[in-house]
Amino acid sequence: MRVLIQHIILVQNMSEIQRIPPSGRRLYGITAIFDNPDKVLSATKAATQEGYKDFDVYSPYPIHGLDNAMKLKPSRIGVVTLVLAMIGVVSILLFTWWTNSVNYPLIIGGKPYFAWPSYIPITFEMAVLFGAVSTVISLIAIWLGLPRNSHPLHDTEFMKKVSSDRFGVCVEATDPKFDEKQTMDFLQRLGGENVELAYYEVHELSLRKAVLDPKFVGAMVIVAVASSGATYFSLNKMLLMRPWSSLNNQFKVLPESRSTFYADGFAMRPPVEGTVARGHMPYIFSGNMPSAEKYMKNPLLPTPRVMEVGQRDFNTYCSPCHGYFGDGDSRLQGQFPSPPSLHSDTLRHAPDGHFYQVMTDGFQNVMPSYARQIPRDERWAIVWYIRALQRAEHAKGSDVK
Amino acid sequence: MITTDKTVALKTVKLPESFSRISWSLLIIGIILTLLSFAVNPKHASFGLIMTLAFVASVGIGSLFWVGIEYVSSAVWSTALRRPFEFIAGVIPFLIVIAIPLLLKMHTVFEWTRKSLLKTDPALVIKAPYLNEPFFIVRTLVVFGIWWLFYYLIIKNSKLQDTTRDPKLTARNVRLSAAFMPIFGITLTIFSIDWMMSLTPDWFSTVFGVYFFSGAVLAAMAFATLLIVKLNERNLFPVKLTADHYYNLGAFLFAFVNFWAYIGFSQFMLQWYGNLTVETAWYIPRMHGSWAVISIALVLVHFIIPFFALLTKPAKMNPHRLVFMSVWILFAHALDIYWIVMPVYDPGGATFGLSELAFLIASAGIILTVFSYKAKSNNLVPVGDPKLQRGLEFHI
Repeated sequence: MRVLIQHIILVQNMSEIQRIPPSGRRLYGITAIFDNPDKVLSATKAATQEGYKDFDVYSPYPIHGLDNAMKLKPSRIGVVTLVLAMIGVVSILLFTWWTNSVNYPLIIGGKPYFAWPSYIPITFEMAVLFGAVSTVISLIAIWLGLPRNSHPLHDTEFMKKVSSDRFGVCVEATDPKFDEKQTMDFLQRLGGENVELAYYEVHELSLRKAVLDPKFVGAMVIVAVASSGATYFSLNKMLLMRPWSSLNNQFKVLPESRSTFYADGFAMRPPVEGTVARGHMPYIFSGNMPSAEKYMKNPLLPTPRVMEVGQRDFNTYCSPCHGYFGDGDSRLQGQFPSPPSLHSDTLRHAPDGHFYQVMTDGFQNVMPSYARQIPRDERWAIVWYIRALQRAEHAKGSDVK
Repeated sequence: MITTDKTVALKTVKLPESFSRISWSLLIIGIILTLLSFAVNPKHASFGLIMTLAFVASVGIGSLFWVGIEYVSSAVWSTALRRPFEFIAGVIPFLIVIAIPLLLKMHTVFEWTRKSLLKTDPALVIKAPYLNEPFFIVRTLVVFGIWWLFYYLIIKNSKLQDTTRDPKLTARNVRLSAAFMPIFGITLTIFSIDWMMSLTPDWFSTVFGVYFFSGAVLAAMAFATLLIVKLNERNLFPVKLTADHYYNLGAFLFAFVNFWAYIGFSQFMLQWYGNLTVETAWYIPRMHGSWAVISIALVLVHFIIPFFALLTKPAKMNPHRLVFMSVWILFAHALDIYWIVMPVYDPGGATFGLSELAFLIASAGIILTVFSYKAKSNNLVPVGDPKLQRGLEFHI
């Protein structure tokens, strides 16, 4: 295996060596320095007239009219921005529509599920975000060629000058009109100073190797570790320190603590006289079977839905002791006393209130109260189901059609 | 202050006679139509006159705003184009003429002038210290007076510079314009509240002044762009403007089309979301019946279509596109004012009659006549301005 890898490296080195000209270095282009923007502008015009195409102008700040002098075509990056901004618009509209009207329909402020005016701000933001971020990323990726992390002009005297107070032109060796001697003469005639040849570094010849450059990889690893570490620290540690922890240490009254505000020292206050819990419904017949039987009527109608709920609840809560049909055939194998049948004459003629009272209050210390398990309306639904069971057991001839 | 010793090559140009003939005839037809509409239906005609006032005032004061902005920001690119803005701002002294018939008969349009309403509407009682006839008239006179004062001072200095070529006049105008900017903001808000918002006296919107501002500066830019590009394309402009100047005009049109939509939508969304009776009362008539059609058309005409028509860089530099879109945006601004004012006259449905026709023709007539009159007696470029040469060499 090791032999194989060595062989590959050897072949790669060989191919690199083959591309390098006999002098040992590959030429990138010829650079020239100019004093002021006017000079570099006229030099650019002259170079364009001479027929050069592959050249670039370097300046510490934008020079008006340079793109015309270089005969550059208008940038098409606007198309990228527009398309990605539109993708942002469409995706966020689909997202808001799906979350608010399909996946989890929620009425907010009495508005329709798809309340489009309230989604316009986020749509606008997403258009800007997608447009801006995609523009920057495509600039880096396409126009700067992201995998390349080094450039022949990088770290040269030329680059140092043109990024502070000088203006430069670099005619690249790939230009069809490029000729080492003639181009050098031409640039000197235009008034260029420091006319020099710029060469590729050895590691710049191979794109793959440049990305795997240990310095580059190391820097990327440091950036990744530092940014994720900083994120972790700020969200999980820093927010719990002073002064950011103010939300954790609020000035508030904790249960069972002492209050200095009230004279009696209790932090927990009793509710105001006459306060009723939300949804609470007082039950006045507790322990009073005769009144329950006399005054209560089933408030529900025996609709299919009510019967369905009654059957479900009966099978869940009642059937373990009373049996699926109310016969009193417990599934508890005698571990608990079996109740009497629901089909006795007494119970068949008992009013609806009787069953409701038994479910709500419990019965004779044997059956417990089911008021906590079964809501009020569902207890009445069970009453309807018991009635249906009783009718089925004692069907009349007229029930059969 | 940098003075240029290069002399600017100026063509001697004269506006064609047909231009002023057309302007004058538009103005006269507009006045006749307005008078006729008053004879037919005085109430309808009063609302039409409010639209005319709002349109002319927005274009005029918007132009003065652009002149002021040029001075305050020391903008160079627009120096050669400043005069058309100054000429259009020349309508400011005539605003009071349009307003006088309305001030004399305020009862026909302003609901809050009726004393009987004060008994039934508690909101109007609270607003009464602001919304009463004497204070309204005083405000109108003060606002128009301030506008006229700044117009007079700034334009006087600018004109004087043509002969004296004194750079100190530029410095003086910079100071004047800097003082004008905040005053402009306050007076324009007062004007929009008085003449448009108070038509529905119960309603209020804190962003209405900004909304009117966005439409006003857009319309002013569109009017000036129309005239500048048209004159330059016909070789009637004393200096040669380039596509780079066009690009900036187009970019400003594009920017303010977006700004208008942003502000208009901000107002709509907050009131729609808040769903309070006092706020939605303004939108309800505009969202039902044929007014709903106008509302949707306004979004398309004032935002969607100009947005895509002016989106690309070549479009902003194309003179034909610029002329067409300027006329389009001016129409959109007229539609915007129509949409603000006329649902108060007839909440039941969109109206179109003599008054609306008079509004369109009279507005165009007033501004064009003032422009052609000023253009005859003044230089079309500020020849004495020290920034002129640099402005002509402008590159984006």
